[in-house]
Amino acid sequence: MITTGPLGTLTQEASISTETTVSEVAVQLEGITKRFPGVVANRDISLTVQKGHIHAIVGENGAGKSTLMKILYGMQRPDEGEIRVNGSPVTFHTPGDAISAGIGMVHQHFMLADNLTVLENVILGSEPRKGGLALDFAAARTKIREISDAYGLGIDPDVLVEDIGVGTRQRVEILKVLYRGARILILDEPTAVLVPHEVDELFENLHGLVREGITIIFISHHLDEVLKVADAITVIRRGTTVAEVDPVSVTARQLAELMVGSELPSPETRESTVTDVVALQVTGLTIGAEGERKVLDDVTLTIHKGEVLGIAGVEGNGQAELVEAIMGIRPSTGTITLAGEEITSWTTLRRREAGIGYIPEDRHRHGLLLEAPLWENRILGHMKEKVNVRGWWINRRGARADTQRIVEQYDVRTPGIDVLASALSGGNQQKLIVGREMSGEPKLLIAAHPTRGVDVGAQAAIWDHLRTARAAGLAVLLISADLDELIGLSDWLKVIHRGTLVAEFDPATVTPEQLGSAMTGAGEEA
Amino acid sequence: MSSTFADRWLGRVRLSAWVTLTAPLLAILFAGVITSIVLAITGNPVFDTLVTMVDYGSQPRSLALVVNNATTYYLSAIAVAIGFRMNLFNIGVDGQYRLAGLVAAAVGGAVTLPAPLMPIVIILVAMIVGAAWAGIAGVLKATRGVSEVISTIMLNTIATGIGAYLLLEVWGERQGNDIATKELPEAARIAGIGLIPGTPQMVYGLFFLAIAVGIAFHVLLNKMRFGFDLRATGQSESAAVASGVDVKHMIVYAMLISGATAGLIGMPQLLGESFTYNLNFQAGLGFTGIAIALLGRNNPIGIAFAALLWGFLDVSSTVLDLHKIAPEIVVIMQGLTVLSVVVTYELAHRYRVNAEQRRVSRELAGGASATPQKEGASA
Repeated sequence: MITTGPLGTLTQEASISTETTVSEVAVQLEGITKRFPGVVANRDISLTVQKGHIHAIVGENGAGKSTLMKILYGMQRPDEGEIRVNGSPVTFHTPGDAISAGIGMVHQHFMLADNLTVLENVILGSEPRKGGLALDFAAARTKIREISDAYGLGIDPDVLVEDIGVGTRQRVEILKVLYRGARILILDEPTAVLVPHEVDELFENLHGLVREGITIIFISHHLDEVLKVADAITVIRRGTTVAEVDPVSVTARQLAELMVGSELPSPETRESTVTDVVALQVTGLTIGAEGERKVLDDVTLTIHKGEVLGIAGVEGNGQAELVEAIMGIRPSTGTITLAGEEITSWTTLRRREAGIGYIPEDRHRHGLLLEAPLWENRILGHMKEKVNVRGWWINRRGARADTQRIVEQYDVRTPGIDVLASALSGGNQQKLIVGREMSGEPKLLIAAHPTRGVDVGAQAAIWDHLRTARAAGLAVLLISADLDELIGLSDWLKVIHRGTLVAEFDPATVTPEQLGSAMTGAGEEA
Repeated sequence: MSSTFADRWLGRVRLSAWVTLTAPLLAILFAGVITSIVLAITGNPVFDTLVTMVDYGSQPRSLALVVNNATTYYLSAIAVAIGFRMNLFNIGVDGQYRLAGLVAAAVGGAVTLPAPLMPIVIILVAMIVGAAWAGIAGVLKATRGVSEVISTIMLNTIATGIGAYLLLEVWGERQGNDIATKELPEAARIAGIGLIPGTPQMVYGLFFLAIAVGIAFHVLLNKMRFGFDLRATGQSESAAVASGVDVKHMIVYAMLISGATAGLIGMPQLLGESFTYNLNFQAGLGFTGIAIALLGRNNPIGIAFAALLWGFLDVSSTVLDLHKIAPEIVVIMQGLTVLSVVVTYELAHRYRVNAEQRRVSRELAGGASATPQKEGASA
């Protein structure tokens, strides 16, 4: 145990928050409203965070959590309402103001330079000076060690960031804000990039932090985790705070219903529709030259008609490359057979024509022309379908009619098919893509994170469409970071680690923990 | 329900056409104001100068010259715009049209064909040479990843060298102080048309070619699969690749088409006026084309207006010398117009995207209150 706080007042404040029953308020938001053109991102938000608490803010995607945090971190200014930090009203114009008020933010996507050491990354932007010019590395190193020890972060300041794992990187991010004197930490979806055991480690660290009097605002939509770690929970729905709950007296399901405000969808698929007709056969798929580390190494898999094959894995272990190789976007060796026909040497367009639908991982970069109207997006990737083209000519009428069909059938909420794709919300964009890729009776659907970043309503709809198509004999290759989605939708699961399929499970019997440990290479350093 | 001013202002109704017209007008106005300031600083009468320019520029003879200038500018800008629409910067239009003009003039002087065939052959030769020269940059980019900006600039210099050699050493004939290719026979010439009444100054017969090229550009881009692929690649290369567009092929094709169009730039002058490629053959049109394509937002109609404006400024500037005012003032104005139009278009564009998002969320919110979408700002 630490007896002397390295940062002066640490222990003193810690004792206040843990020993007194009427604890102090670290952050209080009252009546915060933020309007973006046409949408109210936050409306009359009220939030009280006790000092030394882990306060979770939960809500579905697009509920307004991120906007709220941006307001608290000085990246956005509220149109109405008041922010009080440690009792005194504050106005933040920039994140710099928030930092000097003791608020630090750890972003979901790490902002670290790989080719610098931990030390260099931490001091970047607030370098300690020695004699006016020279950098005082020694002082910084001492301070980093102190902070690391005080909070049990276990960080070596002198290793290169590229050499450390995801969990450690996150701790470096946390250390970075502590180094700048933050006493209130905002963690935006901190577990999104972690595997289960790393999540547990993170939670231990968080408990260590609050013991030392740090206040943590924890944003997440993973309810089990929130229940495990939080001291208080605020639920945000449709831009406003709808409930303030005690994690001890609430279940995940109740919390979810508060979040959604209605019945929960479930990804579960009941009876099997798997046939013995092979739709996709991939044999010995390899990416990467001889002698180098292979991004994809000798991957072999089979998907039958009516089967959903789920691929689990920590992001960056070859999933994206596997998808791109099957789509013919990335050169690879090995053979790919679609419904008995070898397509290894085919172009992407020919593969698509032959009946591969593709829901890409990043719909903005790979799935849509954001500045083109919806009906032109209907043509994208389907430039040879009869509804879209006649010979060399664009079949404007056909494409428009079919876009209208997709909009109706897939419940794409839009005022019309002439609006730009960028004007739709993520969920509606995704529904349009799903509708488009299901058109023309595909034989195989490659769905990479099909419900990432979409709201619960759209998620349920997309799951429904996948299930219906599966029952009609569609083969699906499902890649997802959402283990519930993988387990719920898949007929069979394979785990990818460092470009190799390392394990397979029956989703009916597997637990998230088993999957998680397989995803990290069963004990190997992740 | 008719829309109020506030509706339009807040983007509740669509006004892309309104914005696209307003933006360049504002830009021209802004350029005019700055030019006036420059005039005032240099001690010239602002109002009188502008009136003189407009007076002179709107005389029938001047108008005919404006149309002639605009014809070549238009072709040049379309050639540039084809590349721009795919995010390809064909800086080499200049070299492409000069080389194409020279070779076409030499071929025209060397062969003898009946009247209707002769100009067609010359034009085709020019298109092929332009396409081939631009194609080098296209192939280099597709196969070797060489930036087309660099390669086309270099090819401009090389074209100048090759052109000088061919003109001086191979095809040129000395005529007084000038060196020129053999004059084109009567059969190759395209008669001017008296489009503007009140002046003997003829308008290039190939004025209509420019119009045809504009229509072809529109049809290719908006009605054809090729144009869709081209635009898709320009808007998002990653999405195009994922959708099965063969981007490398598209690069080569786009450069070929751009170059072929560039080959046309010298034709109105060659077949309608000079009938020979000589030392005075107008250079630098490729760069003017870049400015006009930007001004016209790579849109066939927009480019037409931009080309006419540019031609008007050019023609009306010739009168300034008589009034002891530096005609470079017009160059300043042209430069400012392009600069400010880029800025205002960007503003207008962002405005339009925002307006669209507002409109969609408004209409959805108005339609059904139970829409869970568009509530928060999605990440």
